[in-house]
Order: sequence, then C-alpha cells, then structure tokens
Amino acid sequence: MRSQVPRSSSSCAACKLMKRKCTSGCLLAPYFQADEPKKFAMVHKVFGASNVTKILNEVPKSQRQDAVDSLVFEAEERLKDPVYGCIGAITSLQDKMFQLQHDLAVAKARLARCSTRTSYASCSTTSPFLLFDGEFGVSPFDNFFMDEGGLTTQFHQHPFP
Amino acid sequence: MPYTRCAVCKYFRRRCAPDCVFAPYFPNNNPQKFICVHRFYGASNIGKMLEEIPVQLRANAVESLYYEAKCRIQDPVYGCVGIISSLHQQIQIAESQLAKARAKIYFLDAKFTTVESTSSLDKSLIHQNRVDYVLDDPFNTLFY
Repeated sequence: MRSQVPRSSSSCAACKLMKRKCTSGCLLAPYFQADEPKKFAMVHKVFGASNVTKILNEVPKSQRQDAVDSLVFEAEERLKDPVYGCIGAITSLQDKMFQLQHDLAVAKARLARCSTRTSYASCSTTSPFLLFDGEFGVSPFDNFFMDEGGLTTQFHQHPFP
Repeated sequence: MPYTRCAVCKYFRRRCAPDCVFAPYFPNNNPQKFICVHRFYGASNIGKMLEEIPVQLRANAVESLYYEAKCRIQDPVYGCVGIISSLHQQIQIAESQLAKARAKIYFLDAKFTTVESTSSLDKSLIHQNRVDYVLDDPFNTLFY
C-alpha cells in the first residue's frame, strides 16, 4: 500500500531545477519562488547556483532581495546580449549623458547671450518696461541652478576605449 | 619555445591545450583577471559563453565579464546595476535642467522681442509725432 504522506510540492525554483530536496533552511527559497522558474533558470545559466549562493552569503540578509534582483537583471542583459551584457546598457546611457551635457553647455552659452542682450536692451531704451523691470526682471527660473562643468558622473571612463 | 599555460589552466593545474578556448583572453601574466571573473561566473559558464560567441567578439565579451565582476566586487549588492541606476538618475536631472534652460531661453527671447518691438514702436511714434496715438498706447507711461 502506498504511503499516505503527501508529496511535498513546496520546492523553490532553484531546488526544482537542480532536482534536489528543498529544505526549510534553503538559502535560495525566499528569492526564487516556485512560480517563477525562468528567473532562477536565467541566473543559473549565467552565474551558476553555487556562485549565487556564495554571493548571497556575502551580503547582509536585509539586502539579499536587492542582490537577487540585480543578479536577475544582469543575467537577463547577458542573455539578451551575450557579448556586452549590462555594459551595453551602461555605454548607451553614457552616450546619452554626454549628449545631454553637450546640450546643456550649448543652452548655458545661449542663456548667457540672452541675458546680456535683454539687459542691454532694457538699459538702452526708454521703454516703459523699465518701470516694470522689477517685475519682469524676476523670472520664474531664478531658483534654477546649473553647475559650471555640467553634471558629473561617477562613471568617468568609457569601459572600452 | 617554452610551454606556457594560460591563467585558467594554471589555476586548475592542468595542461593547456593548443586550442584552449580561454588562452587568448586569459594570459598567464594576468591571473587576477580570471580569478575575478571565475568568482562570479565559474569557468564552465565562461567557457560555454565563449563558445556561443563569434571568435572576433570574444575579447570584448571577456572584458565585459571582467568589468561586471569588478563592479560586483566593489558593490556586492548591486554590482554594475548600481551604475545603471545612478546614470538613470543623472540623466533625469540633466533632462530636467535642460528643459528649464530651454524654457528660460524662450522666456528671455520673448522678453527681448517685446522690448525690441516696443522700442521700435516708440521711435516710430516720436518720428511721426502722433501724440494722440501715444496717449492711447497703454504701455507708454512717459505721459502719465
């Protein structure tokens, strides 16, 4: 007669994939639920289960979910782009940042010219706007700040020269 | 010619075959590179990845793996995803600043255009000596 003990179906996705018993102390179980098998499959393909376990062991428990999320993201990117992985994303964001810094510099130069032009114009005419200069001279953007060198980024060097 | 093993085969203390997939990318004068990459990816995963990539792109793939591994050493929680997140934030700030700068340029341009057109109106009115028109001009305070 068959045993009446029900079969456990609570294995996490990691233990299911690796066909092993999922114990109550399984390190990966909280982060790789059984209903998300693809998540672990991606991470396993790129990093390997033992490396993921080592990485999580080196991280405080409160930050393990974030670590898993970042590993999943990296694995996804690597599978989408086997050559560059996340570096492809970083490179394109950097290019966008460089373009924005250039556009900001151009806008800053133009602002400087505009400011010179409007103050010269208001000084050199008898325009009635002189009387309203206090009102129109205060623009809605006086709290606006742009630093001298544009924005800085912690990622100063292009990864691949 | 002396026999030299690549960093991977030296690490595993095995013979380095002439067609070793790792040898061109992990020379034995830089053992740290493989140790760093191996820590997160594992040698067999790296080997499988390299075999799936065209030969001319393998060097770049190894460099990107090395870079990601270094990021993960520096930041064990977020790795290079931390850099991506930081770049997204900086781009958001830059886009906001650029939008404000462009709006300010538009505002100043509009102000200059109004000042210029009013000043040229003043001059033409003085030239034509049209006092009645000037009195009707709501913006001219010279006569008030």
